[in-house]
Amino acid sequence: MENNPVIRRLRPADLEPLSSQSAAPLLVRPSRSYWQDAWGRLKSNKRALVSLYLIIGLLLFTFAGPLVWRVDPALQDIDQISVPPGADRGAMVVDPFVAWDNVSLDDGYQGGTGLSLAGDPTTQSVRLHWDAIPGASGYRVYRNNYPTQDADALGLPLLQINNTQQMYYEDRLDLRAQTYYYSVAALDESGQLTGDYESLQADVVRVITVNEVRARDLSDNPDALQPGDQVRLSWHPLGTDYLGRDMLARLMAGARVSLFIGLLAPLFFVAFGVLYGATSGFVGGRFDSVMMRFADFVVALPFLLFMILFQVVFGIGPGESGIVPMLIALIILSWPATARLVRGQILQIREEAYVSAARLLGASQNYLILRHMIPNTLGVILVTLTFAVPAAIFTEAFLSFIGMGVAPPTASWGSMCNEGLKTMLTHPHELIFPAAMISITVLAFNLLGDGLRDALDAKMRNTE
Amino acid sequence: MWWYTLKRLFQGVITVWFIATATFIGMHNVPGDPLSGDRATNATIRANLEARYGLDRPVTEQYFIYMRNMLRGDFGISYTQQNREVNDIIREHFPVSATLGILAVLFAAMGGILFGALTALFRNRLPDYIIMFLVILGISVPSFVFAALSQLSLVNMNNVLGFSILPVAGWGTVSHMLLPALVLGLGTMAYMTRLMRSSMLEVMSSDYIRTARAKGLSPTRIFSRHQLRNAVLPVITVLGPAIAAITTGGFVVELVFAIPGLGRYFVQAVQQLDYTVIMGTTVFYGAFLVFMVILVDLVYGWIDPRVRLQ
Repeated sequence: MENNPVIRRLRPADLEPLSSQSAAPLLVRPSRSYWQDAWGRLKSNKRALVSLYLIIGLLLFTFAGPLVWRVDPALQDIDQISVPPGADRGAMVVDPFVAWDNVSLDDGYQGGTGLSLAGDPTTQSVRLHWDAIPGASGYRVYRNNYPTQDADALGLPLLQINNTQQMYYEDRLDLRAQTYYYSVAALDESGQLTGDYESLQADVVRVITVNEVRARDLSDNPDALQPGDQVRLSWHPLGTDYLGRDMLARLMAGARVSLFIGLLAPLFFVAFGVLYGATSGFVGGRFDSVMMRFADFVVALPFLLFMILFQVVFGIGPGESGIVPMLIALIILSWPATARLVRGQILQIREEAYVSAARLLGASQNYLILRHMIPNTLGVILVTLTFAVPAAIFTEAFLSFIGMGVAPPTASWGSMCNEGLKTMLTHPHELIFPAAMISITVLAFNLLGDGLRDALDAKMRNTE
Repeated sequence: MWWYTLKRLFQGVITVWFIATATFIGMHNVPGDPLSGDRATNATIRANLEARYGLDRPVTEQYFIYMRNMLRGDFGISYTQQNREVNDIIREHFPVSATLGILAVLFAAMGGILFGALTALFRNRLPDYIIMFLVILGISVPSFVFAALSQLSLVNMNNVLGFSILPVAGWGTVSHMLLPALVLGLGTMAYMTRLMRSSMLEVMSSDYIRTARAKGLSPTRIFSRHQLRNAVLPVITVLGPAIAAITTGGFVVELVFAIPGLGRYFVQAVQQLDYTVIMGTTVFYGAFLVFMVILVDLVYGWIDPRVRLQ
């Protein structure tokens, strides 16, 4: 170039349009920048727009939600354990518990009614008494959640009595406001079931003592409460989990963890990938092939195995949540895809005619990078970033689900699903809510990614 | 072709070496000590155990021993299960995972190709919309949710019908495998459906299809002879990564359906910090995946001659 006097003398000013050409016909429409155009195209894509609103709603849920719904996600409501949403939350006030002794307490029991209830069954206690079963030398008391149909399936054995004197039982074991089916089965001398049994149904009523009302601050005037009055327990719009923790508050806390990892990890590894790929593509040559070979190795690592391995390597100490190790592991393992993509883009743009033209006009290296390389790869990077978010959220949920992610009691949607799985058959809401949150989030980011790809990059636009 | 195969195999070996080294470095930086706990009660027992596992040597020597054993295919003895070799564990549990994985890949590939072709044929009509909606669902819902929900609905279905259509969990017969394999393959199936659809649409607008139509071939012949064959090619390329995703994705499905596969065993080993089992399984899985990807690439070159030229 130095040897050619004509090109050296050429300055950008030389390429200004001549004044005589200003009479050319005016543009019909005002010119739009790349980003204005992309935004316009995104706005006309209904699916992408809906998913954008969903994501905004999700961010509001995560960050503004805890300001509105001020319930501690770790607080246990032991009166309401595994309560589905919309359940009755009334409770009857009763006197404090007094131990039951079948004989001394006068409950008017005369005998002769077979297995029957003494007093009303409440969550405080269920009192049973029965008449002697002929031929029995002992009894076993069972409790079941389902109607008993078979002498072999009477439910949970509560007590075994090896004499015939005691014919009463008081159940206080973890009672809930539901219907139980109690059975008393006769035992022979060797303690084996004879096959004779009696069953009854008990509709247990939720009760609460005045002291408990006071302790949980459920009434404005606890001193005025009389036994038999109704109070309403605290409200859980989405129910509670197996430890009585509020689902809504936990979903918000879990959203914070899931989105923290889902947004921050992609931001870091895409940034690193861009730097790595851009450097590699820009420098080129031997350096480029060594850099890319290393990226190939990292790609070949089995992703989930190494995610788990890194979780072990970083170690989660007592009291730690395990969020940071997961973040680091995600960044270490996920950057090569972006690096490859950006490198390819840089190599491609480097050969474009407009870059050669700019170089010919004497544009500096920095100018080329800032004016041409970055703006033209930004669309691709943004699309990669949008698709990386659901992938990271998926990974977090997956790891937490198999118990290799965040450590309890930290809530994340994945760990909530894991806990919900255990009670899936009896309380499906504990699984369905976090599962739905993961699915909606991933769906929204995927659809937004599709929309952004269509709007930003004509070359990557798919044929859908 | 031979030269290319050799080159790929050489690269594969280097990659496995990289995986093995990364695993070794990782496991040596795990906080704590493999012999901690109540096993090494006094110094003599501790010294004996260290000698048995070679932990009394310097790290570099341990690395060479580890590499040499690995070359011989010996992954050592489990730390938590006395006298059980890692090789035995892999031999016992890997076939289960592999069976599940193969079935899942089959489901995914067949379903993906079938549904992808259908959506392309019924483009912008009702079947297309329904299948594409399901595809988006399949991509967005995590496999463990599918696993749990399918189990839940199976339990309810079995209760309603009064007899068991399929077992809810466990392993042993073909009927045990169907549901887990389907759940495992679902995500990949959705992805392949999408890929197949766009590849079909591209093929349908190509010149040779127009030529075929112009020379009067029947639509079924065009579909089976020209469209399907050419559109399937991109789906085959993603088979390699799909196998990788499915084998590791098997962890969750094995966990939920109580299947005695290697994935579940790996998670268990990590929880118990069973060093040799973790290292052995990681390297084994890594090598398996690397060579699977190579195999798929070679098959691709064999099926599509255009790739061989490049």
